[in-house]
Amino acid sequence: MNDHTPALLIILPLLFAFMVSGMAWIKKSLCYPLAVAGSGLCAFFSIRVFTHVLRHGTMQYSLGGWEAPWGIGYHVDLLNGVVLVAVSVLAFINMIATRKAAAIQFPEKEGAFYALYLLFIVGLVGIVATGDLFNLYVLLEVASLTSYALIALGEGRAPLSSLNYLYMGTIGGCFYLLGVGYLYIMTGSLNMADVASLLRPLYESGAIWVAFTFCMVGIGVKMAFFPLHVWLPNAYTYAPSAVSSLIAPLMTKVMVYVMIRLMISVFCVDFAFSVLDLGSAMVWLSILAIVMGAALALAQKNLKRLFCYIIVSEIGYMVGGAWLGNAAGMTGAILHILNDALMTICLFLAAGTIHYRINNLDLDHLQGLFGRMPVTMACLVAAGLSIIGVPPTCGFFSKWYLITGALQAGQYGFMAALLFSSLVNVILFFRVFEIGYYGDPGHGHMHGSSPETRTEAPAAMLAPLLILSAGLVVMGVFTGSIVAAVIDPIIPAGLAR
Amino acid sequence: MSELIPLIVAKYNYWLYIILMMIGLYAMIAKNNLVKKLVGMNIFQTSIILFYVSIGCKKGGTIPIIHHGIHAGRHVVDPAHYVNPLPHVLMLTAIVVSVSTLGVALALAVKIYNRYKTLEEDEILARLRAK
Repeated sequence: MNDHTPALLIILPLLFAFMVSGMAWIKKSLCYPLAVAGSGLCAFFSIRVFTHVLRHGTMQYSLGGWEAPWGIGYHVDLLNGVVLVAVSVLAFINMIATRKAAAIQFPEKEGAFYALYLLFIVGLVGIVATGDLFNLYVLLEVASLTSYALIALGEGRAPLSSLNYLYMGTIGGCFYLLGVGYLYIMTGSLNMADVASLLRPLYESGAIWVAFTFCMVGIGVKMAFFPLHVWLPNAYTYAPSAVSSLIAPLMTKVMVYVMIRLMISVFCVDFAFSVLDLGSAMVWLSILAIVMGAALALAQKNLKRLFCYIIVSEIGYMVGGAWLGNAAGMTGAILHILNDALMTICLFLAAGTIHYRINNLDLDHLQGLFGRMPVTMACLVAAGLSIIGVPPTCGFFSKWYLITGALQAGQYGFMAALLFSSLVNVILFFRVFEIGYYGDPGHGHMHGSSPETRTEAPAAMLAPLLILSAGLVVMGVFTGSIVAAVIDPIIPAGLAR
Repeated sequence: MSELIPLIVAKYNYWLYIILMMIGLYAMIAKNNLVKKLVGMNIFQTSIILFYVSIGCKKGGTIPIIHHGIHAGRHVVDPAHYVNPLPHVLMLTAIVVSVSTLGVALALAVKIYNRYKTLEEDEILARLRAK
């Protein structure tokens, strides 16, 4: 009895991507329904896989019936099960929410856009589901290549920023590939579980150390960890709004997942924390990431660019949490992957909705926006409060776990950095709210509408945004049960509780 | 110095890939022309392909096809006689990845050229600043 759902997760959006790009030649109006069907089926199957994992434990799938160490296997446990659900469901919601914006921004290229969109989902879902190191590289490049193309669809500087992202991303991917090469030399295997069992006697070897460093630096580039973040702000700012609300929340979070997966299932925590003793060095690097991300965000004059630097800072939260070396920190990091994906998609969707109406996201163009787009701004406030970490939104709870972990590990610098970035976030968001609430709309460069006119975005864009903002609170309220049911069982036993 | 030379000779494939990789990295960092950077990127990727292919090789090893001749099924297969095919197969995929990366990058370069009428990075940045 072989349950094929893990394979369907990846194959269905892939097939639909081909169908969409073919349909672009025949009947353009069918592209969007096909794309929705593809991404909806992917979301449906990922929820099914996740509920199966919740009930019956880890799911193994061998492609083509080749058993694990020889063939490529998909390995879904609670950690990637929950990330799978987050990725596929958020991508699905974003597709519905940005339909109108996409139709306006690239009317001629809708077929290509949705085909790339689906391929991007294939890449991300594959990265998360796979249990094979080389397969992960290939799917990583699938996701990256499609994101370069999607970002280049934007106006102005988008192609240039996309090319810069491509240079950096390729170096990152190649470093990861080199790391996998060293692992293969030492163990002769590419299957994650197999490599983990073969690595134990080799921990003292220098080659493993090199492999680990190459993998981490490669992934660090892809997730925009602070000194390697330079590609991110331009790429995500100039991307079309439908694209940035897809890529910004998902790509970096999936890369954090890959880092955690390598730490706990390939190299194992004993190696990362006892043999290498890198914990405090990585925590200090993430302190730098948090502080610099927050400081650079203060200097931004564009809403989307501001959010980009917030992402850089949030990546520091997750990397630091994972490297604190105790259960609370790891719980915080994993929980923050989910929460941050939800918060960032809210932010970028709200920014996209504002862009849809006023076509400019510079901060001094946002005057009087609370009067004109109350619902959108309410969602932006919810997401902002969650980023700041106000209970009962979900951002508070993951930050709580991270701070608890920092206290247990004695990393007071990390705790201080978390508090500092929360305070900076307060300044950032309240400045936006102040401009939006008290700013005089007549003073700005509006296109002639009086301040009283409500030009709220269409309901089709608002409904998904409202659902996601409600999700922020729901995730926060159910944090306890999510942690107990999903995250506690995957915390490796080697971590201090 | 006398210990270093045998070390270099014995593991010359690693040294070769590192030299190629550094050439590629240098071109990506130091060159001003976007297409020259792309060439550097491709050298960088190729060096890793070389690395993988070289680790599968064995002295005196042959292609890994077991003859279905007179001894079919009777003689013992000794893996030392055959080159390890797996890294080579992996690199077929990596070549596909690097070709498609190059394709996307060249398409972007064309788009940039159409917009700014130049591929020199400093000229593009100067033009952006002037706006």
